[in-house]
Amino acid sequence: MSKEHEHGMSVIVKTVTRLTVGLIFLYGMYIVLHGHITPGGGFAGGVIIALSFINLDLAFGGKVSGKVFSKGGTSLVEALGAVMFLALALMGLQYGGFFDNFLHPDGEPGDLVSAGIIPLENIAISLKVGAGLFGIFLTLIVLQKFESEKKQ
Amino acid sequence: MNAYMPYILCLILFCIGIYAVLSKRNIIKIILGVVIAEYAVNLFLILVAYKTGGRAAIFSATENIPPQSMVDPLPHALVLTSIVIGLATTAFMIALAIRLYGKYGTFDITRMRELRG
Amino acid sequence: MISESIVPLFVAIPLAGAFLTALLKRVKGIPDTLGVMSSVFTFALSVFFILRMQAGRVFVLNVGNWGGFHEVLGRIVGIQMVVDGFTIFMLIIVNFVAFLVAVYSVNYMTRYTEKWQFHTLFLLMLAGMNGVLITGDMFNLFVFVEIASIASYALVAFGTEKRELEASFKYAVMGGVASLLILLGVIFLYSATGTLNMGDMRAILADSGQPALIYLVFGLLLTGFGLKAAMVPFHAWLPDAHPSAPAPISAMLSGVLIKALGVYAIARVFFTVFGFPHQVSIILLVLAAVSMGVGALVALRQWDMKRLLAYSSISQVGYIMLGLGIGTELGVLGALFHLFNHSMFKSLLFLDSGAVEYSTGTRDMKEMGGLARKMPVTSGSTLAGAMSLAGIPPFAGFWSKLIIIIAAVQAHHMKLAAWAALMSIVTIAYVLKVTRYAFLGEVRAAFANIREVPAFMRISLVVLALVCILGGLLLVPQVREGFLDPAVRVLIGTGGM
Repeated sequence: MSKEHEHGMSVIVKTVTRLTVGLIFLYGMYIVLHGHITPGGGFAGGVIIALSFINLDLAFGGKVSGKVFSKGGTSLVEALGAVMFLALALMGLQYGGFFDNFLHPDGEPGDLVSAGIIPLENIAISLKVGAGLFGIFLTLIVLQKFESEKKQ
Repeated sequence: MNAYMPYILCLILFCIGIYAVLSKRNIIKIILGVVIAEYAVNLFLILVAYKTGGRAAIFSATENIPPQSMVDPLPHALVLTSIVIGLATTAFMIALAIRLYGKYGTFDITRMRELRG
Repeated sequence: MISESIVPLFVAIPLAGAFLTALLKRVKGIPDTLGVMSSVFTFALSVFFILRMQAGRVFVLNVGNWGGFHEVLGRIVGIQMVVDGFTIFMLIIVNFVAFLVAVYSVNYMTRYTEKWQFHTLFLLMLAGMNGVLITGDMFNLFVFVEIASIASYALVAFGTEKRELEASFKYAVMGGVASLLILLGVIFLYSATGTLNMGDMRAILADSGQPALIYLVFGLLLTGFGLKAAMVPFHAWLPDAHPSAPAPISAMLSGVLIKALGVYAIARVFFTVFGFPHQVSIILLVLAAVSMGVGALVALRQWDMKRLLAYSSISQVGYIMLGLGIGTELGVLGALFHLFNHSMFKSLLFLDSGAVEYSTGTRDMKEMGGLARKMPVTSGSTLAGAMSLAGIPPFAGFWSKLIIIIAAVQAHHMKLAAWAALMSIVTIAYVLKVTRYAFLGEVRAAFANIREVPAFMRISLVVLALVCILGGLLLVPQVREGFLDPAVRVLIGTGGM
């Protein structure tokens, strides 16, 4: 057994996770980018993206996803998403009002590049929600630490 | 009578949630009570939008659906917001519960006696 | 035109400040600067609006440029933000206190680690409160109430000790249930009227008469917002939550949060949307009388300085509710003036208690004594705030209580007037307790070496004390015309939305 297997769950879980986690991540991206045409959007997509990281964390015991994303990193990305969202809303002030859709006011049904700032705001929301949810998860798993301290 | 059943279900769910908040001693169960009551409210919000035989409120390029036969889309948008708010509250309360557990080593609210009244 | 399009900045500036603080947390000095700057901007903005406000003028903004009134549907589409006399009155109070609290916490919060988290949460709370004030949409009101509430739950737990965590949990559970009741009320209103816009709701409810459902909605909204305002049957969380927070936050919570989320929302919903029905008036009067009594009498027994002030808040909110419940022009004037005064002197007193704790490390009044000699600024400003709270002429608090009592007499609520006068005597008693035990008498040996608090804290204390002393000037007709009167006119229905 390699060193990698000392943490986390069994080989089966790890193998399945390795196969599926990329797909979950991609599916989240799809939900975000296609959110203005089909049901979905920034929040739903962001949750799915966060789930892919949580999946990694659960299967591999926090070592692997920790390399990609630390707790400080999540809060940075989260703040970035929020600032992006707000900046887009404020840019509308120059054109006609708060949250004014200044890029492309009248959309074409079913056309991917037609909704103006809505897809951009979806991306901002997905950053905020994805990072935020993963950050919440990282905060909540300190319970494990208490449990293991109690055992010793 | 049957038309009212979903509303009665909401009421029952809401009462279960409030009952749990008021009577349980375990912090986690209190949080679950809040969550159940919240789901009852969200369910009710969706039911307000319902229309017999209504369609999803999405315009389609291929099919011409008259707006009159669509369900009211506004509560659907509202319920999403309300769910997100609920998520934030729940996550915060669980984080608090974990911190409290770290301080006291128990989830029993009657054994946390720092504050009275 | 220009002034309408900048209405959203009341929410956008604190939000931007909050997230930029989180983004730039590593840079030294940034959290403090952003915290103070954001609240300076929003305060300047509210001053700008009050200068632009001619009598009865209302600024309405359609968020997202949805166009407002929809011809086919016959109602307003999209969220509206509305600034009228009452809104601007509250905005001035909230942003003024927030600005002083931000200045104060530059020094005070050095005791805690992770200062940026404090500023982020503080600005989020400010954004939520400003949002509650400017929105003209029922569901949006709920959303902003939640933003402010969740930020305040976290701020109460900021110290992460046993006491803070417990208080925060209690507050979060009760606040969560309150929010559910508010949401339920909003849903019922939506199903009854088919709109979420407050102005539309008012028109539809006035046309269709009052459906039977409306009494259920009254109950739900009154309970929900009453929980947020800590009126007496629903007050249990306040005496725990307010003292547990860091002092600047106690000042925000007691000074403005319970008013923006509780009193403002009740006034807005029941006056603007429902046109102030008679039943609500009676309920408000009863709750007000009970709140005044219970708050004042329990405050007498407290030895923890901040806990005493928290109970006093319950009692003083009772006075505000009494004025609103009377519902005459004079009553509402008294209520709003008392709301202003209470924001000022209660924030001041909480900041003072924080200053005492900062220097001596204790909040127990039995251990204090003789602080007047060691901390002249703190004790002087406490005296100003305490006299205003006790209602000693010529301090501002005297005038507002006087107006409320006169209004009660005019409306033939003799018993309530007598009760309010009696409770203001009890108020004097617990105020004297604070000054007597904490500031007068001999200096304890343990406190021989304490010093006055740092400069930024002193600035906030002095400014608030000056407002407490000079607040009575708001009643001078020329000043009243620009500040208090527009707000009163909105509530009694001769102007506004």
